[in-house]
Amino acid sequence: MGSKRVLVTGLSSYWGGRLAEALEASEEIETIIGVDSQDPTRELERTEFVRVGTQHSLLRRIVEAAEIDTVVDTRLIVDSVVASAGRTHENNVIGTMNILAACGGPDSSVRRLVFKSSAHYYGSSQDDPAFFTEDMERPHPPRTPLEKDIVEAEAAVVDFAEKNPEVSVSMLRFANVLGPDLLTSHRALFELPAVPIILGFDPRYQFVHEDDVVAALAHVLHADLPGVFNVAADGVLALTEVIDLLGKRFAPVLPPWGTGLAAAALRRLGVELSPEMLEQLRFGRGLDNRRLKATGFVYRCTTREAVIALGEHMRLAPIMRGAAEPYRYEREVEEFLRRSPHVRTHPRRRERANGDATVLAPAALAEEPDTSPAGAAAPVAGYDDLEAEEIAPLLDSLEPEGLTALRGHERSRRARPEVLRAIDKALARGGGG
Amino acid sequence: MPPRTRTDALTPDGPAAGSGGASVALEDLRRHLPGLEPERRLTDWGRSERVERLVDRTVADFLYHLWFRCEVEGIENVPSAGGALLVSNHAGALPPDAPMIAKALREEHPRARSLNVAVEPVFKAYPGLSMLLPKVGCVAAHPANLQRLLHDEEALVLTFPEGRKGPRKLYKDRYRLRRFGHGEFVASALRADVPIVPVCVVGAEEAAPIFARLDLLKRLTGSLRLPVVPNFPHLGPLAVAGYLPAKFRIRFLEPVQVDAAPGDRGAVQTATEEVRARVQETLFEMVGARDSVWLG
Repeated sequence: MGSKRVLVTGLSSYWGGRLAEALEASEEIETIIGVDSQDPTRELERTEFVRVGTQHSLLRRIVEAAEIDTVVDTRLIVDSVVASAGRTHENNVIGTMNILAACGGPDSSVRRLVFKSSAHYYGSSQDDPAFFTEDMERPHPPRTPLEKDIVEAEAAVVDFAEKNPEVSVSMLRFANVLGPDLLTSHRALFELPAVPIILGFDPRYQFVHEDDVVAALAHVLHADLPGVFNVAADGVLALTEVIDLLGKRFAPVLPPWGTGLAAAALRRLGVELSPEMLEQLRFGRGLDNRRLKATGFVYRCTTREAVIALGEHMRLAPIMRGAAEPYRYEREVEEFLRRSPHVRTHPRRRERANGDATVLAPAALAEEPDTSPAGAAAPVAGYDDLEAEEIAPLLDSLEPEGLTALRGHERSRRARPEVLRAIDKALARGGGG
Repeated sequence: MPPRTRTDALTPDGPAAGSGGASVALEDLRRHLPGLEPERRLTDWGRSERVERLVDRTVADFLYHLWFRCEVEGIENVPSAGGALLVSNHAGALPPDAPMIAKALREEHPRARSLNVAVEPVFKAYPGLSMLLPKVGCVAAHPANLQRLLHDEEALVLTFPEGRKGPRKLYKDRYRLRRFGHGEFVASALRADVPIVPVCVVGAEEAAPIFARLDLLKRLTGSLRLPVVPNFPHLGPLAVAGYLPAKFRIRFLEPVQVDAAPGDRGAVQTATEEVRARVQETLFEMVGARDSVWLG
């Protein structure tokens, strides 16, 4: 049975938003409902957002009313720098229990549960194996509050799986995530002029690219794979290797003994080193990712490639800063776009169409220029010779498809901003006639 | 902390996957080992060919050819392909036996096989050591590490079943093997389905003899005991690295194939004793045959 009606918890977290975006693209999913206590941070097309925390009675009503068959829980806080210990516990343990309570029970419609967990479940210590497999336990009980919370949350999910054998439960343990869009405490560490490391230690690190995280969640959801899976890219790098690939230098400023004190001093200077990170900086961690690969999942990036991608982004970031305006959720606008009978094309769908056109344009132009609907080679005769002011009056005579094709054409050729703006304006008017 | 079997509730097969199913699953997983990235200088284990070559060309070369004048017998007993678990006696303060066995395999073996040395995980807590040892091919002696190396990657692994008790014994107890642990190495070899190659090293005991151990440091740090070695105390902490030029003889014995289930403790214990007895007998024979500690 495939998933059709999906509830995404933590929609406003980076992962919730990215996953909803990925699910929107898949045809067989009828309904996507996202819940969170905060406004969504990504522009979504057909996902319904409901502002609700983790109160299980409310969630239960949503699940029942929408006949949700699949719940994806992406809320887990895995970085103890982003929230206080109290809030983290509230979110990771109490929140998880509430969501599980809302999904369980004999009359529940939920048949699948996907839980996003973290490799912090395994911790990081000297008695670790070089590669953790899914069946392994951490060698020592967790010491930091965050790790305790994650172990407790996983225990609650396992409990749920035992009590609800008809629900297929997947749990994904992610390695440290890297990616251009995501700010983590490791990313913050790598952005320092010199990366502080512990003197005499060169820990093994394994990362996973943010796109692979979303792809793995979607893969598990589509393929219906119950069980625990590690998600970590191929390749375990030494920290010095990582820093080298990023084009940075390292500074062994953290002493091997009394590291906690030195970290506290660094905190004064604005460098946040979480207790989990200190452990990782000392002992590192490697995961065995073969179980997920055996189910047919293909990673797009190795750890090395993810690090290189981040390095490129970090070099570009100061130049690109402020180029894209961040998305802001406006309830009225979103309501209008979803419900109003006057809406013909959703802005995101249009953007996607344009994006495809940009990518496809050169090939389409080269092979069969005549077959494309509005004559992609030159949507208007002699178009490429026209000046910007001459184009504007012509736009009103075109149909929306023509405009879209024209926009793709313009972007692939001269990409004059004033022309693109004019086309967008015409498109917003509903296209010509 | 939840007990070990709890996550089994998530898998459809339930707890049964622990015994027979696991090995079948592992067989499949071998195909999914990460590919090699030629641009990288380290392996996934943290091993660095560059550092290894550097150590090999300088220290190991000198010790092997000139200082210890190693003589190797039975190198043909080390298989040319596939995994194998090498099991050796272990002795001396800062034991020189492991690097010499690794060097012997590189120099004398027709395939110049590289060796992974399983060491106590404690090394990971020491600054410097934790950085250096993985670079030259040491891995923590964890059953999962042995399984991955021996079975999945078909590599050679050297282990010292005496563990810490080997280097801790005094000069007067030389060449008398300590207990071979609880036979974890036999269980590892059985799980990975690889042969055990016993290795005997003569000379390491005399190269770095320990005459006594002082308890002062132990009282201070809780773990280390200060060894009294020939050039202690006038060389200070460097004394443990100042090896005496004893003649080394390394003999690889015929591989042992054990037929038993890894969970069969009785059979594992029997096999452990068998391997230990063979190493001990050969050691006595080699020591009896040698004329001089220094000239061999």
